Order: sequence, then structure tokens, then C-alpha cells
Amino acid sequence: MNVKDALEIVSQTHSGMVRSHNEDSVACDAEHGLVVLADGMGGYNAGEVASGIAVSVMSSEIRHMLEHGSPADKDQASGDEIGVAALRDNVKKANLSIFNAAQSQPQYAGMGTTIVSGLFYDNRVAVAHVGDSRMYRLRGDTFEPITRDHSLLQEQIDSGVISKELAKLSKNKNLVTRAVGIEADVVPEVHVYDTQVGDIYLFCSDGLNDMVEDEDIGATLQMLQNNLALAAKQLIEQANDNGGRDNVSVILIKVRDSYALSRGWWGKLKSWFKN
Amino acid sequence: MPAKLILSMDGAVIKEYPLTKERMTIGRKPHNDIIIDNLAVSSEHAAVITILNDSFFEDLGSTNGSVVNGVPTQKHFLQSNDVIEIGKYKLKYLNDQPTQTTAADFEKTMVLRAPPKPAAKADDQLSHTQTNAAPLAPKPDTAQFNTTAPKPEVKPAASAAPSAQQPAAVIQILNGPNLGRELELSKNLTTLGKPGVQVAVLARRPHGYFITHVEGGSFPLVNGSSVGEQPHQLNDHDIIELAGVKMEFFFKT
Repeated sequence: MNVKDALEIVSQTHSGMVRSHNEDSVACDAEHGLVVLADGMGGYNAGEVASGIAVSVMSSEIRHMLEHGSPADKDQASGDEIGVAALRDNVKKANLSIFNAAQSQPQYAGMGTTIVSGLFYDNRVAVAHVGDSRMYRLRGDTFEPITRDHSLLQEQIDSGVISKELAKLSKNKNLVTRAVGIEADVVPEVHVYDTQVGDIYLFCSDGLNDMVEDEDIGATLQMLQNNLALAAKQLIEQANDNGGRDNVSVILIKVRDSYALSRGWWGKLKSWFKN
Repeated sequence: MPAKLILSMDGAVIKEYPLTKERMTIGRKPHNDIIIDNLAVSSEHAAVITILNDSFFEDLGSTNGSVVNGVPTQKHFLQSNDVIEIGKYKLKYLNDQPTQTTAADFEKTMVLRAPPKPAAKADDQLSHTQTNAAPLAPKPDTAQFNTTAPKPEVKPAASAAPSAQQPAAVIQILNGPNLGRELELSKNLTTLGKPGVQVAVLARRPHGYFITHVEGGSFPLVNGSSVGEQPHQLNDHDIIELAGVKMEFFFKT
């Protein structure tokens, strides 16, 4: 089955209860199994500009790359799969576009964005992220974060300075250690995970996970997994009911069916006839 | 304003120490940043490590030990108004930086450009004090009428008190084999119905309780009329019908 029919994707974004404008940007491309979420930062409207550039570069460039090759094929330059290379190279490309814009336009100086992007292909998902926007997975009864934030607090948790529980009391939240567009180059973290039918993936900005406890997010997804649009709406409502101090964006992807790529000449022929 | 320690004895303030250095030592000997010249204090008694807006206290293996908020302590993540006791001396920790999750002026996300050295350094001092127990996702509260509706006498734990703005509310089943059973709406979301047949969700929000259709061919009825796809606010003593089961919503008095 092709990825478009195998996945159900919904997204929603909201400026929250405090901020006057929304600096988050999201894009979903069901055709190519691609989702992108970016949480911009910077004065005036620079945050929106940065997250907007990131999302449009990612979605248009990756779409373009996938028209010339299957995501599971090898990329000539890097030896990685094209899916992985497409995510990594285009985060770097978005980084450079934002950095150059910030250098040339004084009102955009210092703008940047976090990013989390997933490309679903061949019963897997490749995830690239920079900063503190996250991907979570609900599989069966287990809801857990899959990405690890590039933030000071996460580094402290990893090195044992502070426990996860005490981290909630920290006054050092919102300090990311990597961001897109701040420097001339950026290193996105990219991993590939196998997916299973029934999995639900949540991509979100920190406006969700700062305002709603992980276990409440997980319980909401589990209860409302048969109505993704309502689940997205409820998550945003909970963030706003708890104060909504930041923009909040969610993308939900449910794996309804297998989306293995056709292998061999027979599979290719079959898929060619289907088109 | 940097965080600070206020040194006092018997209620009399001796001195204030702003925490401007990454590592401040406390001890009897003159090379310490905070000198307490008293024989009950070890030559190098303790240290306070400050990483941006967070400070950590650590006893450096002193002879007589340190007490934080009345508890003998080796290592401690300081919160504003914590009191460290060393011998007869008290050090009060004050940090008026707003905690970003509670204060209204939520700080915007900022980028920390240099690799955060303080974190690595603090790791040497405070290594592996805690384990990270990952919380398990709880099972959702799906109440299936035929089997698992809780018995009326089972009260949720006191900690499950509803949000301050909302009075507690209950669903009582009015027909079928579970007639009379009550379900307290103690969570933000509670689902009702039979998965695969008809499910609705009850959301507890600051301004009331709302029922919303989740799945199934027909919508829930409230007081005999369909609520459609949109959330519907519930009033005291509304009658809900869902998958052939009638129930009453009411506020607990």
C-alpha cells in the first residue's frame, strides 16, 4: 500500500493564550509521507519568518528529491538512504537560508528555529530534529518521547546532574543548545525507526509538552486514537486550559496499514500498473 | 538579579553572598568564598554550584555534615527559600528568577550558543545522584458499561481532586445491568461507551464539562437531542444517551 493510504495525518496549530502571534509553522505532505514542524524564535515577526523558511525549504526540497528517487535507495554522495540524506541535507539547506536572511536583513538578526521532521517510507520513519521540538510514539500502552531535546536541561538530565522529576523545578527551561539558522552550519540529529501498524506518532512544539504532562498527553492519545482530529484538538485545548503560555502545534500520524516499498521487478511492475 | 545566600546566626544576618561564581565554596579556611570561622565548620565544608539560574548544594564530606531544610543532606537542588544549616549558622538561598512554568511572563526560547561547559563541570561534582524512572503511560479511563464501571462506594484518592475551578461531577448509569453505578469524573478526560460501537469523551475544562463524539455511527444524545460533532457543554442533571445506555450527569455537592 502506498504511504498516502497507509497513514492518517492531522495537524493543528494555535498561538496559545498569551502570545499575540504564532511563530510555529507546520506542514504535512501525505503524498510523500512527510511532516515538518518548526518553532521559531526572534524578535518582531522574525520567529515566524525563520520557522516559515524552514518548513517551506524542507517540504519543497524533499518533495523534489523524492521525485528523482525512492527514499530507500542509496544516496550517491553520502551512502545513506535518500530518505535520511534528504532530511539531513535539507535541514542544513534551511539553516543556510535562515542564516543568510538573518545576516542580510537587520530586522531578522539572530532569528532561528527548532525543527522536527519525519519521513515515513518502507514501514519506517526517519526523524531529523534540532532543538526542543519533539516526536513521541504511542505503541500499545507505551507512550514515550523518541527524540531527545538539544537543551541544557536534557544535557543535565543525561549527565545525571538533575533528575527528570527535579528538572520540572528548573529555572533553566527553554535554553536550546542547537537551533536552525543561528550559525552557518548545523548538525541535525537523524535516526530511523521501524513502525508498526497501530502506532501513533506525535510531533509537537514545546508549547505542548511544557504545559501538559507526558502522561496526560499519552492518555489523551490512547483514549482518542480512533479520532485523531479530536485528539489534536483536545491536546491543544489542554495546553491552553493549563495557561497556554506558548504557541502550541501538534501533528499526529497514525499507521493504519503496512507501507512497505515494492521489491524486485514484479513489485515494481505491479506498482507501475497501479499508477 | 543573581541568586544569593544570606548567612545568619541566631536570627541575626551576618552577610549576603550573591552567587556570581559557578562554584562557591563554604568553609573555615580563608581561601573559601564564604568563610565561617567556627570550629564546628570543616576547612572546606560545602560548595554551591550555579548553572545559569539553577543552584546545587553539595557537602564536601565535612566532619559535622550539613542540614538542608531540617534534613541531613549530601547533595541538593536548591529552591528559593531553602535553608542550609552548618553548625549554628544558617544560609538561606534566595532566587527571585521566575520559574518559567509558573510565572506569567514565560521566557521565550533562547539559544545557548557555546557548548554548556558548566553542565559538564557540574557533572564532576554531582555525579549520578538520581535515577530516571520513566513514567509509564497510564491506561485510559475507558468505562465499559458491561464490565468495569466502578462501584459507587469506591472513591478516588484524595489526590485526584478535580481542578480548583470546577466542582466535582459524576455520571450515574440509569438503566441496564449497571443501573445505579456512578463514575466520578476525576480526570481531565474520561471516555464513555463501547469501543467500535460508540464512544464519547467527557472533558473537564476550567469553564465546565464538555461531551464530544469520538467514534461510532451515531452521535450521543443529551436530553434527547443529538450533540453532533461539536463539543457540548453539560449542565447539572443532563441526561446522556450513548450506545443504548442512559446516564445522568450531575455536580457533586
